[in-house]
Amino acid sequence: MNIIVCIKQVPDTSEVRIDPETNTIIREGVPSIINPFDENAIEQAVQLVEEFGGKVTVLSMGPPQAEAALREAMAMGCDEAVLVSDRCFAASDTLATSYVLSAAIRRIGEYDLIFTGKQAFDGDTAQVPPGIAEQLGIPQVTFAIGLEVEGKKARVRRLLEDEFEVVEARMPVLISCVKQMNDPRRPGIKAKLAAKKKEVTVWDSACIEAKACLCGFDGSPTRVVRTFAPTRDIEGEKFEGEPAECAVTLVERLIGEKII
Amino acid sequence: MAIYIEKAKCTGCKLCIPSCPYGAIDMVDDKAEFNENCTSCGACAYACPTGAIVLEMAGKGEVDTTQYKGLWVVGEVTTEGRLAMVTAELIGEGRKLADELDTDVSAVLIGHEIEDLARRAAGYGADRVFVVDHPTLKRYRTQPFTNVLTGLINQHKPEIVLIGATTMGRDLASRVAARIKAGLTADCTELTINAETKLLEQTRPAFGGNVMATILCEFTRPQMATVRPKVMAPLELDESREAEIIHIPVSIEEKSIATKIIEVIKDDSGSHVNLTEADIIVSGGRGLGDPKYFALIEELADVVGGSVGASRATVDAGWIPATHQVGQTGKTVHPKLYIACGISGAVQHLAGMSSSDCIVAINKDPDAPIFGVAHYGIVGDLFEVVPAMIEAIKERRGDSA
Repeated sequence: MNIIVCIKQVPDTSEVRIDPETNTIIREGVPSIINPFDENAIEQAVQLVEEFGGKVTVLSMGPPQAEAALREAMAMGCDEAVLVSDRCFAASDTLATSYVLSAAIRRIGEYDLIFTGKQAFDGDTAQVPPGIAEQLGIPQVTFAIGLEVEGKKARVRRLLEDEFEVVEARMPVLISCVKQMNDPRRPGIKAKLAAKKKEVTVWDSACIEAKACLCGFDGSPTRVVRTFAPTRDIEGEKFEGEPAECAVTLVERLIGEKII
Repeated sequence: MAIYIEKAKCTGCKLCIPSCPYGAIDMVDDKAEFNENCTSCGACAYACPTGAIVLEMAGKGEVDTTQYKGLWVVGEVTTEGRLAMVTAELIGEGRKLADELDTDVSAVLIGHEIEDLARRAAGYGADRVFVVDHPTLKRYRTQPFTNVLTGLINQHKPEIVLIGATTMGRDLASRVAARIKAGLTADCTELTINAETKLLEQTRPAFGGNVMATILCEFTRPQMATVRPKVMAPLELDESREAEIIHIPVSIEEKSIATKIIEVIKDDSGSHVNLTEADIIVSGGRGLGDPKYFALIEELADVVGGSVGASRATVDAGWIPATHQVGQTGKTVHPKLYIACGISGAVQHLAGMSSSDCIVAINKDPDAPIFGVAHYGIVGDLFEVVPAMIEAIKERRGDSA
């Protein structure tokens, strides 16, 4: 079974802030991590190959330093790693990103399954997985919480708003994974050291035959025109004193304001 | 956008015929040919095994934006067959935006046996409702819905398309936008029309809610956005309101669809769990100390008529099913009232609930970050505060009954 996992290196969002002077994102000093949902995708892929045999190729688009994320993925059990990196990919929105990744997947070649995280932790759009599937012309099953593979069919349990949906899809299929799908393994020192010695293949736009007009800024129909810090104009009120009395005051307030 | 057949590559296999929802392919001299029903939806291009059908997109700056008129809301039908609340919200918001553009609002309803819902969409303010009714569309699936919606968009050329940022909306909008190469902004919380350029300004949170970004789609049409449920206000339902209802006939063969729905399982763990549509949410965190005390959270939720939420820590510990999780790795919610009990307020939790209309925090630790976003806070033991609240509410209700 050939599996491709698409991952993204993201800044740890809990430490991202807006510079109040310039309204730009402060990225310096913010640690980079593998997008948490992508770890679930990696885990799922590695488990399947452990069961059925085959190969997991981990793929990422990003600057040269994204190699670190790919090595971590190899430490978790991925067999091969590909980084697509080119200056002309910079400023890609979700459409351009899915174009570049689908071009790289075509270059990788045969696959039965593609896994991704449900969305990236920084952008939170969840638009790239369907974008990749569309550009490859294969079905997609998003928000997967469980998976069984039988022959050429994938039976996927999806996590929806207030229900689970079990979907059967013909392979090849792209599956995006939610956090609760599994518990990603934490590689030990040995695995990490071994991954350091492995090769990471680096491809530029020419290697994957990506058209410049469909990458980066030129290939992106959306444009961010402004970033700013969210306003939290809350003047909170704290009730202090006997807990039971506070509770009564609060309830009266909520009823008075017709909130309950 | 254009679609054409490279006759030399066509082997006459006819696989494209059942894939077409609009009955637009005929065989002429053993080769496929499009008739006047073709909407350029692209369904056949995916069915063609030889690559004879080519879907060609306009590049950036090549789209004649002046051809695109009107605002569309793509409706969502719940498992129970009702119109999702987010659809009503988007029609209400769409109404405001359309007035600024001096255009009208259309709702698109795709499903099966949805005639009543079309009238409801009209009652919520749609001027026109496109109804696509077919047994294979009974429940949402990516492929047939994408084909149908893409076809409609190509044919009618709306200027703006809004879809709820639900699991369905995010799945569908992304796929359609990728097919027609349109700009799409995810999970918007604010939409405005620029007075000068008349472009749709789409504002959304990113980086776990630490950053807000405003996004434009200047050169492509339609301008597409998914919009977070519970953020926009619906108009009051007026059942006397009339709309033009347009039925779009489609023919879809089940065997041409790559996915099959085997089963739908309601998550009935505990009470009422649809957090994204809930008006009131009572959430429990690690401060509960033990899974059995979620009963207390449930009791409070019951008296206020709310749903039960949970922090990531409690879900990770296996105290409560994942469907209850609020936060960046769980659900993003926007209720009228959010009561956080024993939740410290890690950034990833705040990202999922800080835009709630009214937030109440109950926590022993006066320095807990949750108080930073709370409108009302009680520093105290939740085991004292929550039972007192339940009692006080019951008493008040008793008085007024």
